[in-house]
Amino acid sequence: MSDTSWPLYEVFVRPRRGLNHVHVGSLHAPDDRKALLAARDLYTRRNEGVSLWVVPSSAITASTPDERDPFFEPSGDKVYRHPTFYDIPEDVPHI
Amino acid sequence: MVPVQTEAPAEAPELAERFEAVVAAEQRIEPRDWMPEAYRATLVRQIAQHAHSEIIGMQPEGNWLTRAPSLRRKAILLAKAQDEAGHGLYLYAAAETLGVDRADLTERLISGRQKYSSIFNYPTLNYADVGVIGWLVDGAAICNQVPLCRCSYGPYARAMVRICKEESFHQRQGYELLMTLMRGTEAQRRMVQDAVDRWWWPSLMMFGPSDGDSPNTARSMAWRIKRHTNDELRQRFVDMTVPQAEHLGVTLPDPELRWNEERGSWDFGEPDWTELQQVIKGNGPCNTQRISVRKAAHENGAWVREAAAEYARKQKEREHDV
Repeated sequence: MSDTSWPLYEVFVRPRRGLNHVHVGSLHAPDDRKALLAARDLYTRRNEGVSLWVVPSSAITASTPDERDPFFEPSGDKVYRHPTFYDIPEDVPHI
Repeated sequence: MVPVQTEAPAEAPELAERFEAVVAAEQRIEPRDWMPEAYRATLVRQIAQHAHSEIIGMQPEGNWLTRAPSLRRKAILLAKAQDEAGHGLYLYAAAETLGVDRADLTERLISGRQKYSSIFNYPTLNYADVGVIGWLVDGAAICNQVPLCRCSYGPYARAMVRICKEESFHQRQGYELLMTLMRGTEAQRRMVQDAVDRWWWPSLMMFGPSDGDSPNTARSMAWRIKRHTNDELRQRFVDMTVPQAEHLGVTLPDPELRWNEERGSWDFGEPDWTELQQVIKGNGPCNTQRISVRKAAHENGAWVREAAAEYARKQKEREHDV
């Protein structure tokens, strides 16, 4: 049985104007255009979106779970990046 | 996205501990996390079987698409069949995050190495069956599937959230169809009762063997893949369905069905487990037909898949030439 394996695409949907595109799943398609059409049929059958992105999965560079701790470590000890780090007297308005 | 690790590396104890901790904290395991091989294998088997059920599940009702009694019913049934194809694809996509290939899963379905739900091996004899499938079969599926929205494996849980939202339409259209028939002639009411008589027990069997005969349940529950035992879900389904049957005006074909005040639940009879075993073994009324139809669809679609891939290749070549 000849089975041509189509590449995998990741699908992102913008649910409404004003919101970001959000990853909803993946699908196989022979090319970008057909990936878009299939994404419409598969992920927006009930008006779930106003805009679609399809991205070849192979184009995504991801951080690895193994290096999770060291990778995100730089932001771990920088509490001074948060507004609550600073003591401001109660009677100073609008800050 | 990317195949997961399956071999426990040298520092496995630490990875296993992290896995256990994530599951215990009700967080989700994601595709690239380390996971025990048996967890991965269990999920692949369960998700693939679930996906296959959605795909094969298009056939019993698809049987009636060209003979729908009205354009309204036809549009509804088409939308439902399209949803089932969609559910199958969400689930195949979830399975692929575990490092298996969709084409390979299709092959395993066609060759009989992977199963699908036994319920789809029963025939649909008339249009009342479409209503009863929506009400009972999709109703049972919802009972099974709602807890899966909290499954410990992220991609499966997310697919189930989408699926459950859509299943509600399936169940309601079925119940509405049956209410319409029940308001019709005596012959139409008999059609409904006949369909209920045929589908009731197979629907109860959809929850799988009773807890004593379900050896993997404990492990799946410990891993938070499963949240309730087969018998708990079956009971929940019976309790939900009895008042719906009363409202509809049909009799559920179980002489042992009676309210148990003490338990606050309905007592019901034992399904015929021999029948379930037979259907699972491939000896149900439609097993051979379901697989041969799926196989023919796959083989007849081969040239389309090839043509689309070839078209994509040529388009890409042309882009390079410019």
